[in-house]
Amino acid sequence: MEETDVIVLWGSNARDAHPIFFHHVLKGIRNGAKLFVIDPRRTSTADWADSHLRLRVGTDIELALAVAREIIHAGLTHDAFLANATEGYEAFKAHVEPWTLERGEATTGVPAALIRGLAHAYARADRAQLCWTLGITEHHNAVDNVLSLIHLGLLTGHVGRPGSGINPLRGQNNVQGGGDMGALPHKLPGFQDVEDDVVRARYDALWGRPVPPKKGWHLTEMFEAMRRNELRALYVIGENPAQSEADAGHIKGLLTSRDILIVQDMFMTRTAELADVVFPGSAAWVETDGTVTNSERRVQRCRKALDPPGEARDDVWILAELSKRLGHDMGNPTPEQLWDELRLLSPMHGGMSWARLEAMDGIQWPCPTEDHPGTRFLHERLWAQPRGGRAAPFTLVDPDPPVDQLTDEYPIRLTTGRRLDEYNTGVQTSQYKNPLRKRETIDLAPADCARLGIEEGATVTVTSRRAAVRVTARIDPGLHAGLAFMTYHDADDVDTNLLTIEATDPKAGTAEFKATAIRVERDRPHGPASDLHAAHA
Amino acid sequence: MIRAVTLTVDGQSIEVPEGATLLDAATALGIDTPTLCWAANLTPVNVCRMCVVELEGARTLVPSCARKAEEGMVIHTDTPRVRTSRRMVLELLQSSVDTSTAPDLLAYAKRYGAEPARFGPHGPPANANERDAHHPGHHHVPAGAEAATVHQPRKVDNELYIRDYGKCITCYKCVEACGTDAQNTFAIAVAGRGFEARISTEYNVGLPDSACVYCGNCINVCPTGALMFKSEADLRDAGKWDEAKQTTTRTICPYCGVGCTLELTVQDNRIVRVMSPPEVSVTNGNLCIKGRFGVTYVSEGGG
Repeated sequence: MEETDVIVLWGSNARDAHPIFFHHVLKGIRNGAKLFVIDPRRTSTADWADSHLRLRVGTDIELALAVAREIIHAGLTHDAFLANATEGYEAFKAHVEPWTLERGEATTGVPAALIRGLAHAYARADRAQLCWTLGITEHHNAVDNVLSLIHLGLLTGHVGRPGSGINPLRGQNNVQGGGDMGALPHKLPGFQDVEDDVVRARYDALWGRPVPPKKGWHLTEMFEAMRRNELRALYVIGENPAQSEADAGHIKGLLTSRDILIVQDMFMTRTAELADVVFPGSAAWVETDGTVTNSERRVQRCRKALDPPGEARDDVWILAELSKRLGHDMGNPTPEQLWDELRLLSPMHGGMSWARLEAMDGIQWPCPTEDHPGTRFLHERLWAQPRGGRAAPFTLVDPDPPVDQLTDEYPIRLTTGRRLDEYNTGVQTSQYKNPLRKRETIDLAPADCARLGIEEGATVTVTSRRAAVRVTARIDPGLHAGLAFMTYHDADDVDTNLLTIEATDPKAGTAEFKATAIRVERDRPHGPASDLHAAHA
Repeated sequence: MIRAVTLTVDGQSIEVPEGATLLDAATALGIDTPTLCWAANLTPVNVCRMCVVELEGARTLVPSCARKAEEGMVIHTDTPRVRTSRRMVLELLQSSVDTSTAPDLLAYAKRYGAEPARFGPHGPPANANERDAHHPGHHHVPAGAEAATVHQPRKVDNELYIRDYGKCITCYKCVEACGTDAQNTFAIAVAGRGFEARISTEYNVGLPDSACVYCGNCINVCPTGALMFKSEADLRDAGKWDEAKQTTTRTICPYCGVGCTLELTVQDNRIVRVMSPPEVSVTNGNLCIKGRFGVTYVSEGGG
């Protein structure tokens, strides 16, 4: 990030959400890189941009199509890379043809000159980084959004080289590591396919128990299975779905109607309060030894510095004890023993001995052997001649507007996000004596406030098709008319996710937290909106 | 292509890459050079003058932290002139600043035999905010019986960290960390000139009214304890800060996916301070408010 020429942050407010990553961006800027920020809001990240493309919520695909067409029409594609590394380019070229700059401007609200500027700067750069976050993935068509950004990297060859890449910025300290370790419905550790008999046989042999041969459900499918009452027992570890899921009122109903709900957490969360059994777990990052994997695929050591309080126990110990009572004795493995077992089963972790992880301050996977230094960036194979592995495909992606449509009744687009000093549902951040903490607000555009007669600090009722909540209004000049912003950090006070829609991506299962249709009214003490709120409370 | 430069330090010939400093060359030879305002992750500002060395052919002593090595230079790092200069710097600092929580500075003072008492007893401390109201030229020539000081009450305007400018040697490190070297927030700068120079927010407003985002990257670089976790300051005030009972452990921040290394100081099963090691490539010694201060939930109530 520090040694590149163009940095594109698309749907990312990294200055607030990934502050130390943004330090590296700032070093890049100081070294001469140009920064482009694509975000409906004028965020603190956008304040640093050379060019801020303020698109309408949910028009990312349209914008990417217009950028792609401009790159192609200006003759700025990397033709040698296209020929060597990709497939489906001719069909893609025809597919983007209708997306002129003018059409892009009309659809996204971004001036044509800015779309052109992004296309030319990105394509002409020797090195360019394209990063995205939840602004891209918290949509009902998240996978299509991501594909449309990947296409830009393929068109220009900005992938698989030093200083050039396409990077999703991970939002949690071990969301990458969870996937690495097989906490996915269709993968075993090391991203090995659970339905591959050869792979599974190695696990069966080592564990002495057969691994179920079929893939499981992802989170959204689990809630669907709860709706059908096929999924009747639920064991939740370190997650707070009663507050973190979209359309939270509905989710709580599903959680409480299981045959058994077990929650393992370090706090008595709102989800734990609904549970039949609560296992007090520990803060893995500081009360146990282990590893996490960060956004750059770096496996890093966590170390125990504190004893867990009261009856809280190491999460591994809880799992092992539960397993024992269910009839399979795993013993009492140490973190290093578990790690060494992983190295036997997951080739990409093979070379990461506990000692090397200590000595090297973490190692980036894949690292197959103990003499391997780790891998700084992926996809270098696309440049090899002949190419290593299969070609990177272009996929024909069509725009699809947000599910929760704007109407006269719900005319304002609510988008959600994070603030610098808080984290998700506030389970970890609600306690520290944070001078930046403010009560949850709905941030509104000055023009909307003027039209609706709402002054700064007024209490308003925000109504979506699912619920209504009362919240304090804040006027944000960084919002254009028709756009509003909230977080769900303070869900006990203002439960923003009662408003959001559980419209999910069919492949990834992510909900459309970024696009809710709402109306905002000055508070009236006795009105239908308040009744609706009371019904959900 | 980086070229090599050959120079002589204390009679030993050494080859360093072009762009290396005299401090780099001395360090490579195992020479321990005292520094206060220099840090590996900050741009040198040349203000403390602790690291000065004698360069043959130069009229003045040169700051080794910033001076680039040149072909054929002949350097002396431990001459009487160098030692006198370093001792004088330490004596001036100790005569005017409370250095009781500045371990490096105290060690240097011992090494160079600093005798700050020769400037007389400390003058009276300033009242709260008195020095912040001084304009250039306020500092009149003293009578000489007492040593003028920067002693003043500490500023406590939030629950996360305190600013004790009676311990500030104006090394600029906090300003650099808050500014272009890391955080780029620019909440603080040096106000005033000469003896009135001091670190200040804009118009000397309290931190809650300033641009401060409480990343604490200023605390991470402060060499004197002028900037300190409030949890540490409170324990020190109560006489309960006990380094013998403390452990230091490196782990990974529990928040976003960047994976910053946290260096936790733990006493009585409570986190009392969170620092960030400068040599780790992910963080370069920096953190945000969540990693720095938002991790104490594991200590509150329990433990």
